[in-house]
Amino acid sequence: MAAPVNGPGTDPRAALAPGAAVPTRRGTELLLLGFAVLITLAAHLIIDITVTGSPGTEMVTFGVWFSALWGVAHVVVRRFAPYADPLLLPCVAVLSGLGLSMIHRLDIAGEQFGGNGAASVDAPVQLVWATVGLVLFIAVLVIVRDHRALSRFAYTLALVGLVLLALPAVLPNSEINGAKLWIRFGGFSIQPGEFAKICLIVFFAAYLVDKRDVLALASRRVLRLELPRGRDLGPVLLAWVASILVLVFERDLGSSLLLFGIFVVMLYVATERASWLVIGLLLFAGGAFVAYQLFGHVRVRVDTWLDPFAYADTGGYQVVQSLFSLGTGGLFGAGLGGGRPDQVPVAKSDFIAAAIGEELGLFGLVAMIVIYLVLVERGLRTSLVVRDGFGKLLAAGLAFSLAWQVFVVLGGVTGLLPLTGLTTPFLAYGGSSLVANFGLVALLVRISDAARRPAGAAATTPPKLTDAPTEVVQP
Amino acid sequence: MTAEIVLQAFRFGFLLLLWLFVFAAFRVVRADLFGGRAGRVASVPPRAAAARKRGGRGPRHLVVTAGPLSGTRITLGEQAILIGRADDSTLVLTDDFASSRHARLTNRGGQWYVEDLGSTNGTYLDQQRVQGPLLVAPGQPIRIGQTVLELRS
Repeated sequence: MAAPVNGPGTDPRAALAPGAAVPTRRGTELLLLGFAVLITLAAHLIIDITVTGSPGTEMVTFGVWFSALWGVAHVVVRRFAPYADPLLLPCVAVLSGLGLSMIHRLDIAGEQFGGNGAASVDAPVQLVWATVGLVLFIAVLVIVRDHRALSRFAYTLALVGLVLLALPAVLPNSEINGAKLWIRFGGFSIQPGEFAKICLIVFFAAYLVDKRDVLALASRRVLRLELPRGRDLGPVLLAWVASILVLVFERDLGSSLLLFGIFVVMLYVATERASWLVIGLLLFAGGAFVAYQLFGHVRVRVDTWLDPFAYADTGGYQVVQSLFSLGTGGLFGAGLGGGRPDQVPVAKSDFIAAAIGEELGLFGLVAMIVIYLVLVERGLRTSLVVRDGFGKLLAAGLAFSLAWQVFVVLGGVTGLLPLTGLTTPFLAYGGSSLVANFGLVALLVRISDAARRPAGAAATTPPKLTDAPTEVVQP
Repeated sequence: MTAEIVLQAFRFGFLLLLWLFVFAAFRVVRADLFGGRAGRVASVPPRAAAARKRGGRGPRHLVVTAGPLSGTRITLGEQAILIGRADDSTLVLTDDFASSRHARLTNRGGQWYVEDLGSTNGTYLDQQRVQGPLLVAPGQPIRIGQTVLELRS
């Protein structure tokens, strides 16, 4: 970690009046980032020593690269969002570090046993994706100096989001494992849905801030529930139809569920009307029932969820292996490198939580969930503290989308919910998901900087001048 | 292959490390909740900020300056002070305008914060109605019904 702890030029406290010094807590962030890097390196070392008896050769490269990654992220936050929440970055660092270590561990298992995960070396690729993610993180922080500026591009972003969402359905050759989610060019395949998610959350936030009074006030009271007027149901119905279309054309249960859930919750947050949750649940139940009747792939997922062991050799194989894997892990796990997490199909992406559960046990898995919880709590707290409605809704939406995604994925892996094929944010192997989630965290960092900045402190650039081409130097 | 004892040490050591991170994160969350968040500190009157900056020893007594209990003095320790009409309060008020559990003073790192416990008629620090926990500076009047309290060092 080569970041300056208290460089004179980078310490924003110097710019404040002495009496009004508000801690920026960047030092705390640096300390925790160091801790996160330490955990990651320890995981790598333990894996190498347990499996092969000596540290691997790529250990040094990995260590330097990974530390540099977070060092740079920290310096950028220090420069461009000095008041940002100190916990967001370290939580992401430790999660992505755990993910990288687990992928590295599965790489080794692939070399050793062949088996399910074909012997491909994916950890370096994932590290490259993390670097790309960091570039997006920096770009968002540098370009978006004030999150409120985003609300002006709401409808543009909505269009971009919908196009990204629809693209794989239209393009040929976009199908992997039965779901049409990918765009392929050259050797790459990206999943535009991950980026669409963020664009649509920004749109939802801007739209709902505009319309929430109409949605909240014009209502009828039926059975102690404030029901909205018929015509105000438009947007929620539209979101519902869109998610059904995704389900039909892309055969992707996960994205459909994710989008609809996010929209309903943001509607609820914006209007404080529980009736939206009820309406959302009813629409969901209706949609789920119809989908179950109409689509074979949905029926397979539900049947294998209800009784995975009855389909242990066919559709339920993944879940059954995942449950065995978690069972093998027990309370304390088999130890890093001590289990056989490669026995679960697609352990690097969809079932990485099962791999972690096997090697780190319930205690490790719960620690991971708690770290997600902290991340989401910081997001929701940001939403409470920030002073503008758009920022509140955006932060709440972004934080909820993380929570919802983790819930749905872990539900699938543990058999609580039907399998969906969503990715575990930051942990799972997959470039698009990692890069997009880095962008999501950058937005949260930006909003939390605005939320925690004391009223008198100058912004890195004055908000009204964000459009000005020349840089304004504050005396 | 590596000795079994080393593997076990790795196994539990790593879990310990992971949970230490979680607790470190919790500490930050906690410090953030009570250690002065941007919005709250900014709204505290300048006198309080000055008192805080001076540091040193915090206030040692809670003194009732007006009302039926005027003159009452409570020596401050580490424990929180509960104020209200309920019998088990630290300072039991006999005041029709006070609620049974009216307000609470809590010590966080040598500084005292006043907090309204959902009282009917409210708690006032200086002229400001207490909504969330507010930092109390020595000499700053806290008004509950007809009773006025202040911290003295």
